[in-house]
Amino acid sequence: MNFETTIGLEVHIELKTNSKIFSPSPVAYGADPNANTNVIDWGYPGVLPTTNKGVVADGIIAALALHATVEQHTHFDRKNYFYPDNPKAYQITQSDKPIGHDGWVEVDVDGVKKKIGIAEMHIEEDAGKNTHERDYSYVDLNRQGTPLIEIVSKPDIASPAEAYAYLEALRQRIQFTGISDVKMEEGSMRVDVNISVRPVGQKKFGTKTELKNLNSFNYVQRGLEYEEKRQQQVLMSGGSVQQETRRFDEKTGETILMRVKAGSDDYRYFPEPDLPSLNISDDWIKELGDAMPEMPGKRRERYVNELGLTDYDAMVITQTKEMSDFFDATVALKADPKMAANYLQGDVNAYLNEKQVDLQATKLTPANLAGMINLISDGTISSKMAKKVFKAITNGEEPKAYVEAHGLVQLSDPAKLQPIIDDVLSANPQSIEDFNNGKKRAVGYLVGQIMKQTHGQANPQVVNKLLMAALQQ
Amino acid sequence: MNYFDKDLAGLHADLVAKKISAKELTQATFDNIKATDPQIDAFLNLNEEAALNQAAEIDQQGINADQPLAGIPVGLKDNIVTKGLTTTAASKILENFKPVYDATVTEKLANAQMITVGKTNLDEFAMGGSTENSAFKTTKNAWDQTKVPGGSSGGSAAAVASGQVPVALGSDTGGSIRQPAAFNGIVGIKPTYGRVSRWGLIAFGSSLDQIGPMTRSVKDNATILSAIAGHDDHDLTSSTQAVPDFAADLNDATSVKGMRIGLPKEFLAEGVNPDVKAAILAAADTYRKLGATVDEVSLPHNKYGVAAYYIIASSEASSNLQRFDGIRYGYRAKDVKNLEDVYVKSRSEGFGEEVKRRIMLGTFSLSAGFYDAYFLKAAKVRTVIINDFKAVLKDHDFIMGPVAPTPAFGIGDEIKDPITMYMNDVLTIPVNLAGLPGLSLPAGFSNNLPVGMQLIGRPFDESTLYKAGYAFEQNTDFHLQVPTLGGQN
Amino acid sequence: MANRINREQVQHVAGLAKLEFTDAELDAFTPQLDDIIGMFESLSEVDTDGVDVTSNVSDQLNVMREDVADNWGQSSALLHNAPDAARGFIKVPAIIDESEDND
Repeated sequence: MNFETTIGLEVHIELKTNSKIFSPSPVAYGADPNANTNVIDWGYPGVLPTTNKGVVADGIIAALALHATVEQHTHFDRKNYFYPDNPKAYQITQSDKPIGHDGWVEVDVDGVKKKIGIAEMHIEEDAGKNTHERDYSYVDLNRQGTPLIEIVSKPDIASPAEAYAYLEALRQRIQFTGISDVKMEEGSMRVDVNISVRPVGQKKFGTKTELKNLNSFNYVQRGLEYEEKRQQQVLMSGGSVQQETRRFDEKTGETILMRVKAGSDDYRYFPEPDLPSLNISDDWIKELGDAMPEMPGKRRERYVNELGLTDYDAMVITQTKEMSDFFDATVALKADPKMAANYLQGDVNAYLNEKQVDLQATKLTPANLAGMINLISDGTISSKMAKKVFKAITNGEEPKAYVEAHGLVQLSDPAKLQPIIDDVLSANPQSIEDFNNGKKRAVGYLVGQIMKQTHGQANPQVVNKLLMAALQQ
Repeated sequence: MNYFDKDLAGLHADLVAKKISAKELTQATFDNIKATDPQIDAFLNLNEEAALNQAAEIDQQGINADQPLAGIPVGLKDNIVTKGLTTTAASKILENFKPVYDATVTEKLANAQMITVGKTNLDEFAMGGSTENSAFKTTKNAWDQTKVPGGSSGGSAAAVASGQVPVALGSDTGGSIRQPAAFNGIVGIKPTYGRVSRWGLIAFGSSLDQIGPMTRSVKDNATILSAIAGHDDHDLTSSTQAVPDFAADLNDATSVKGMRIGLPKEFLAEGVNPDVKAAILAAADTYRKLGATVDEVSLPHNKYGVAAYYIIASSEASSNLQRFDGIRYGYRAKDVKNLEDVYVKSRSEGFGEEVKRRIMLGTFSLSAGFYDAYFLKAAKVRTVIINDFKAVLKDHDFIMGPVAPTPAFGIGDEIKDPITMYMNDVLTIPVNLAGLPGLSLPAGFSNNLPVGMQLIGRPFDESTLYKAGYAFEQNTDFHLQVPTLGGQN
Repeated sequence: MANRINREQVQHVAGLAKLEFTDAELDAFTPQLDDIIGMFESLSEVDTDGVDVTSNVSDQLNVMREDVADNWGQSSALLHNAPDAARGFIKVPAIIDESEDND
């Protein structure tokens, strides 16, 4: 039997605003429990929500970034359910008229490009946090009211690899808008997954299961791969898939039954009467769209077509907006694009990984990176010397000043190099003979000796040229 | 000290002239409340110490002519939150609850240096028309203590009618200011939706609730509305419309001359008590004599208001009251084994019968499979009702009619019969559904019980209602009658 | 009784609303709710084809707050009002079923 797979992803993205979506309490992390809460966050009797304009703007930006249609006549709805971290026992969200609908992102899986549809995206409030200890749970409402965008995919995703690619594309585009950090490890991006399989040709979708505890894109893909196989096996053995929620086990890579869903939940959605409707003007949409940074896809095209990077280089450089902006700024300072890309992918990324920091948290600047690259390009320093210079620019030092202070300037003047070469040649007649007998290796030995004499400062290209000329005389 | 003889302007004049100090006035108010409240049961709790301190402070600063409300006592319905002063909404679930912030109206009154003397009784969470649904006590009608004071703002109405305070604030979701005002022979207004901030009003039906003043005269009412109205950054549904000095225009007893008034035939239909009907017809004649025209008009969908209202208000209430869950404040049931117990037992023990009934109706109306047939249908009928009003108010300055089909009924007479109780609101409910202003004022008597008249205006045109109410008041003497209470009068 | 709502449905709705009723209360409540819902059904007499929904009668539109943070400093007063609190948290009996609504 051949199967086809349908995957649905609901992605929650936490927005980086100053204040909460419906209360002016600060959005901040690491505060004492309940320190960033007020009567609104606690759902006190008599309180009313007030809509944060910044969140609505971010919703519009997200819609534009994901090629969605902005819903210009929109409002909020209440979703009713009891839970200790949900103080009003309703969440203010959007159900009827989400702020964006019918968007898409393009993914590339093994060289095959595909558009994956986004059904809708809406803005809503996050809940607080419960922690559990023995017989009690402890509620912290600091997170209550943190603004979220929920992005719901269309049933276009047909494989776990596509799911991964979709999440990566989503993350990248949102990251480039600057409205969120979109980091799964920090909870600013959370993914709910459902998957079903059906025999090829069957019209009706299969019964879907939901997967929990997927804390990285990798886990999403691995969990889906396991679940895809599991469901296929169930069907092939004549069984039927239950509507259930399963938990991904990071150690075994398996999914484990959490609970079977009995019927559907009844959230009793209705329009939020405390908040007037929103009429989003064309002007506002245009203003936000005009101010939006260039998206990663556009940047990749530019890098390949105008700057001559490879597709791979362009992809790596556009992982984050910060990296891409850094690259653009470095190239704008006349640094060789290829070299700039290499340094960012190589030394810079290695440094970030080693230090476990983001690019913007380091002392690296485009000016210093460009300065270093330009010193390499004009032959002032060798790429070997550049290793030291790179270390210096990670400490915020200006490359040219560093090079001068540490005498790292490369010896490129033939008038100064020639006597040294002559000395080395006269001290090594055997090598000259070897060269004349066709042993090219002798050249390497001679260069090494010259480098040794110059304490590594000789410009290898110039040395090579002069040496060859001398040998062929 | 009772407030039968002096209006706010008179009290203010005495305070400025130092005929009486704010502290003396406040003390006298408490003395009178303590003497009369055993019969009336208007107050749930008094704010004596803080009020007397505040009054002493005001005396120290002195009261100037430009502080018309300074030093004047006021009662607040106990669903309006007061920082540090117990606020219960007459529910066991909030027994002993001390808010940590003030409602906007509380703050505005405090800024005007009015003195909050206490919190008045109501039907639990403002759900009811008799105060019999209070978890703590039933307030008595100021005119006859065997009768209900109406509700839900029954405590505020009885307090003003019995002379305990010159002013009280109420809230009106389906008639809860206008009906008790009518039952007690005083003046009450349900302002246009959005006229007064709802910040700090414990929500019942969020799209219907409005706070409004209850007073002995139209002018006093207008004065207080100007003081509490206006846009509030805390309430995005509050209007940015300018707030006029409503009382300033009230000096012409003939200002209705040339006005067109609509009298809907549905308002005098079957079920309306003959004395009530006679009072309204007489009032129509009074207006005609003052040079207005009174036309019979029609609000054809009026009778559907009750059903639409009980779906919408109950749906909103079912959601609004979910926050009372025993987790963060208020009553938490004892002997709970698990979280579910905290929810179910706290709520089942904390809420009274009528509140549970409305929560059930609302939850049902919003639940899967019923939402379209009930909530959505009601929200569409609401539009139809709004259009009825628009059509009439297009060429009429205001609409007149009764407030309630009958005068006050006996305590215990209707409480067992929810539908009859709900039907009592048939004339006030449509006004909330449409968000219009509605003024209730004394217009007659039936067996020594007051009968009220309701004037309904265009959105944000409280001015016209006050002018028409003032004209009626100046040409009648119903508002001058006072109840006999324990032989004090 | 017209049976617009039966005892099981009443119990189901009570479950959604986190309320519980004794048998005697259910006996009284069920027909009462049924009558009221019967009254609701009079709305079907009104032609609402093509009629818009009214969910708000405020004259306000597009009112929003600027994104400026302001901590009102109410945290300790709020915790003081909680029926049970510990170490700055609100304390409740353990949540057993980790609900999926936690997002």
